[in-house]
Amino acid sequence: MSADLSTPSAAPVAAPSRPPHPLLEFWYHFKQNKGSLLGLVVILAIAVIAIFAELLAPYDPNIQFRDAILAPPVWYDGGTWRFILGTDDIGRDMMSRLMHGARLSMMIGLIVVTLSLAIGLALGLLAGFFGGMVDVLIMRFMDILLALPSLLLAVVVAAILGPGLVNAMLAVSVVVIPHYARLTRAAVLAEVNRDYVIASRVAGAGPLRLMLIVVLPNCVAPLIVQATLGFSTAILDAAALGFLGLGAQPPTPEWGTMLASSLQFLQRAPWVVTWPGLSILVTVLAFNLLGDGLRDALDPKLKR
Amino acid sequence: MLRFILTRVSLVIPTFLGITFLTFILIRLVPGDPIEVRVGERGIAPERLAQFRHDLGLDLPLWRQFLDYVWNVMTGDFGVSLITHNSVLSEFVTLFPATLELALAAMLFATLLGLPAGILAAVKRGSLFDHGVMGISLTGYSMPIFWWGLLLILFFSVGLGWTPVSGRLDLLYYIEPTTGFMLIDTLLVGEYGAFWSALHHLILPTIVLGTVPLAVVARMTRSAMLEVLGEDYIRTAHAKGLSDSRVIGLHALRNALIPVVTVIGLQVGTLLGGAILTETIFSWPGIGKWLIESIGRRDYPALQGGVLLIATSVIAVNLLVDVLYGVLNPRIRHAR
Repeated sequence: MSADLSTPSAAPVAAPSRPPHPLLEFWYHFKQNKGSLLGLVVILAIAVIAIFAELLAPYDPNIQFRDAILAPPVWYDGGTWRFILGTDDIGRDMMSRLMHGARLSMMIGLIVVTLSLAIGLALGLLAGFFGGMVDVLIMRFMDILLALPSLLLAVVVAAILGPGLVNAMLAVSVVVIPHYARLTRAAVLAEVNRDYVIASRVAGAGPLRLMLIVVLPNCVAPLIVQATLGFSTAILDAAALGFLGLGAQPPTPEWGTMLASSLQFLQRAPWVVTWPGLSILVTVLAFNLLGDGLRDALDPKLKR
Repeated sequence: MLRFILTRVSLVIPTFLGITFLTFILIRLVPGDPIEVRVGERGIAPERLAQFRHDLGLDLPLWRQFLDYVWNVMTGDFGVSLITHNSVLSEFVTLFPATLELALAAMLFATLLGLPAGILAAVKRGSLFDHGVMGISLTGYSMPIFWWGLLLILFFSVGLGWTPVSGRLDLLYYIEPTTGFMLIDTLLVGEYGAFWSALHHLILPTIVLGTVPLAVVARMTRSAMLEVLGEDYIRTAHAKGLSDSRVIGLHALRNALIPVVTVIGLQVGTLLGGAILTETIFSWPGIGKWLIESIGRRDYPALQGGVLLIATSVIAVNLLVDVLYGVLNPRIRHAR
């Protein structure tokens, strides 16, 4: 991801004292913000857990220990090191489930952001580049999607496609497409009449080359920020759908679904509800912190 | 002025038609025939089926069906619920005040807390208070509110017993709805006990629904204030020897409020979306809970009508904010 940050505009030709590499400059600004560094560290940790969930998790997430139903976490009275974060109502180890849940949440974020970014980018490029009727049609449609509250739209799409993790991801993707489309269009409009674009047009570059190779690299900064924040929206909305019973279905260890299926044990065993929610909060917060830091580091207006 | 309003209204019409088209199409994407969904698994004679289809206009070409649908919507017919057989519009109108009351309370909560917090954070930029407000608001912004609601219930309702767990009113009371706003209705009939009960029921849902808007308002107020505080006229006001409170409260705040008011207006959609989760957790009898229940009962006409009505109210509120803006700010009115 970070390779995209080296926008060509900052490449020096023959300066007397070489300015730092754009990546280095970016890192210099980024590390000023301690909050986003923390966010980055947390995300990396969650990513490691997600990738190596099978190795790190003490048990299979779906295995049921009949002798340890609703066992409390280790620091409660009666808690044991066997189940560090306790077990749920049918004796499944909470920690193992949370770790596999991390994998699902990261996957949801990745797929939703990739899908919505790809479609939104394409629509925004087309609208900004060609203007006229294409622009009006695409942006009107985006306005329609934006007029519906995002969670409501996701709920309706998920209800129509039927409950399930894949459909929930599709529903959440549809909801966020307009954000990428609008952002791309605005960035393209700001760039498209610049001299360098006209120069390549005069030099005979075709529309595809102009769109993808000339203009697009100069529009990535806001998109990177939006994509990072998009991770948090995707994870939050998918968990909300899971909670409403419209997302991943039990026994999938998706955090929102885990919360919903253990609701009735809220009083007897608060940990079955605490951990999944806390996991969602920490992950979403980390992505929001990172997004904030990226925005400050990438936005030249705030930089100086 | 009138011209400005008319332009804004005319801009909304395609969006409204688009939403109508979207809800019309969505319902046809549902797997299964609407008639078969309605008759259930009992089965039905083929001629009765054909009769049903004809009665509902399902044997007409799709474009005719869409025109009929638009006509029905224009004349206030949003369909009939499959389960209760009431008109969707009347169900919506009955339940909407409950959601509106909750949403208004949440917005009030967010504004009353977020505005001063944002102003103070901006004035004391870089202080511990500033960092605290920013940290808390980012946490609030990242909060899965369905979980937040459960935590609050666990702590305040179950643990301390301060607030009720669910509903709008104790079962002791029955209040005939006049306005649909429980706080007003209880006062109208003079039942002060019921008023207190309604207020108690409102507290936790308000906090839960207001958390994300609170974070947004606080952050927006802070950044808007920071921008304004750097302006020359603020320095001038200080140089004239005006007191800090006068400069901040009068000169800075009034100009910083413009983006803040916009953001508050834009939160309407977030609030109605959040109401789905909040109402589900607290069994709040509003449209959010009704929609989720309609999905569970496969009551697609209710879902279709409900979505269209919610979208219409969001569009209407945004339009209102837009027009109000033009009235308040001549620069917007005469732009372009």
